[in-house]
Amino acid sequence: MSAVEDVVTEAPAVEAVPKRAMTLGFGTSLVMLALLLLVPLFVKNFIIFQLTMLLIYGLAVLALNILTGGSGQFSLGQSAFYAVGAYTSAILMEHADMNYALTLPIAGIICFAFGFLFGQPALRLSGVYLALATFALATAMPQLLKLGFFEHWTGGVQGLVVTKPDAPFGLPMSQDMWLYYFTLAITVGIYVASVNLLRSRSGRAFMAIRDNEIAASAMGVDVALYKTLAFGVSAGITGVAGGLGAIAVQFVAPDGYTITLAISLFLGMVVGGVGWLPGSIVGSAFIIFVPNIAEGISKGLSGAVFGVLLFLVIFLVPHGARQVAMVAQQLIGKLKK
Amino acid sequence: MLFRQQSRIAALATAVITFAAMSGSALAQKKYDTGATDTEVKIGNIMPYSGPASAYGVIGKTEEAYFKMINAQGGINGRKINFVTYDDGYSPPKAVEQARKLVESDEVLVVFNPLGTPSNTAIQKYLNAKKVPQLFVATGATKWNDPKDFPWTMGWQPSYQSEAHIYAKYLKKEKPDAKIAVLYQNDDFGKDYLKGLKDGLGAKASMIIAEESYETAEPTIDNHIVKLKATGADVFISITTPKFAAQAIKKIAEISWQPLHIVSNVSASVGGVIKPAGFENSQGILSAAYAKDGADPQWDNDPGMKKFFAFLEKFYPEGNKLDGSVVYGYGAAQTMAKVIEMCGDDLTRANVMKQAASLKDFAPDTLLPGVKINTSATDFAPIEQLQMMRFKGEKWDLFGDIISGELSN
Repeated sequence: MSAVEDVVTEAPAVEAVPKRAMTLGFGTSLVMLALLLLVPLFVKNFIIFQLTMLLIYGLAVLALNILTGGSGQFSLGQSAFYAVGAYTSAILMEHADMNYALTLPIAGIICFAFGFLFGQPALRLSGVYLALATFALATAMPQLLKLGFFEHWTGGVQGLVVTKPDAPFGLPMSQDMWLYYFTLAITVGIYVASVNLLRSRSGRAFMAIRDNEIAASAMGVDVALYKTLAFGVSAGITGVAGGLGAIAVQFVAPDGYTITLAISLFLGMVVGGVGWLPGSIVGSAFIIFVPNIAEGISKGLSGAVFGVLLFLVIFLVPHGARQVAMVAQQLIGKLKK
Repeated sequence: MLFRQQSRIAALATAVITFAAMSGSALAQKKYDTGATDTEVKIGNIMPYSGPASAYGVIGKTEEAYFKMINAQGGINGRKINFVTYDDGYSPPKAVEQARKLVESDEVLVVFNPLGTPSNTAIQKYLNAKKVPQLFVATGATKWNDPKDFPWTMGWQPSYQSEAHIYAKYLKKEKPDAKIAVLYQNDDFGKDYLKGLKDGLGAKASMIIAEESYETAEPTIDNHIVKLKATGADVFISITTPKFAAQAIKKIAEISWQPLHIVSNVSASVGGVIKPAGFENSQGILSAAYAKDGADPQWDNDPGMKKFFAFLEKFYPEGNKLDGSVVYGYGAAQTMAKVIEMCGDDLTRANVMKQAASLKDFAPDTLLPGVKINTSATDFAPIEQLQMMRFKGEKWDLFGDIISGELSN
């Protein structure tokens, strides 16, 4: 069977999501933003830290969502990009004494390049094969970080400790709260940019490729370019998330970026709803809080409890948070009548 | 926001002052930090109950059972121990989250025995900044003994480096012309250990003629063993975790190489390593120990081990006495209980650290006779002694004196 036939007979990997359904309405977005802005004022620092992690993983899930939900390519290797971003930030901060905020765009650019380059060979692969290739990347990354050759910069197996930034300009807020608002600003920025990206010409090209590669190329879309571009953008955003993660956790070590992280992000995307960008935050909440809930139910069987909860979610709402949101919308619509 | 925080602090300060003023001399001795009250001491803990190192989760369960026993016996100085333990899945970011949860949400007095070098490194800066004791961490890295930079962090078990020093000392004395081949795990454990070995050999580090490292992801280490044999070495030092230690013992017997074989203490378990590798393959292997082996019949009538077995029977029946982690958890929990007891009614975090740094000749039930815990304001390495042992028949025979692995010797 030739490659062309392969593509033609293969069912689309990801169900087509209309562009409109990929985002929230303007009003709802504002309410969400207000919530995210106000909540930290009323909770403990620990909760603020958790919320920061929620935003950071949310960004990483969003990045995967652009790749999978937007351009229809699978990736189990997001943890590798996340690690590269985290290490870039950590190394620049600790070895080059660079300001934390400046390290993030650099982390993003390096990861973009890394993702773009990885996207080249990955072009030949699709579906499960691509997932497997990215999986290889994720398994290799922790060991690469341990290599003696890089040890001077990466700290090898011991990792690197990162200094947490204080609030600038003498703002009267704790480190945690400052970092939260800093992360929030970046997250909102990237979210808005992502929404615009998917609404733009490039976004339409992504979705055309996702829905049917051959049709897309017949319409004049440079399939190879846009596929690698999707990989690059996704890796770049993941890199920024990784850099933020390093600053928030104050530590990077190979053990923090194992394949488990990649699978968590993938899981977050599915639970949030593939292709529904606001779902990224819901998915991120799922991967942060549900393991804690599972642990609260049973310590020895936390994995099993988590599995059951995950199964219930997938079974009851296969389209994740998107489905819940749509049902809610319909209900509200009915009530209005 | 600042205003609210300030007013809260002010209110709290007023309350404290009022309380202090009212309590007068009768209560002057009772001092508490967050996490301690007249009736309860809250102790936090982080363990990998899930993930790649979940086998060590047994330590946390043993400790939980130990404190249950303490509470059943009336607690310490009339206070019950509330042991809060969380899972970090051996992931540093998760460990940070859990440490913050323990300190800021559960408000524990100390974080006790968190496991794993990466996880502990991740939370060390935070806990020291918050001035919360990070006591008796469950890792053998050497860096925990650093009271100057990290006055709130303390180790417990002998460091990998001190153990390696002991082997170096032994080899320099017994086999000065040895040709040493080292197989080590490519992580913090293996590297720390290898450094200790080289430091211990000092000028004679050239005795090491071959080094091979392996990744925990490798299914088998057979090829490394064959390679090391080919170098003509006559001493084989196996810095390996249990699964690989057993593979090495088997493979060495298979290719009939007969070096002097030393296995690190982490893999000296009879039940976990020697038995699966075969007793006949393990005769004459050397190692060092600081704790008694639950599988060794020579301790059956030992008073300390009798207490340990009684504890297992009554409070932790599912615990496996052959599992070194159970023995470990018992010893660590006993040390923690001792420190809380020494604190008396002054349960401030500063006093906990002060008492932890003033342990004198304390001998938990499960440590070898002669191995004692000693700490001081400048010595944050509780256990530093080990005894060499040789495998004979179906058990370890201890030999020689209790040796200290301190760097100065």
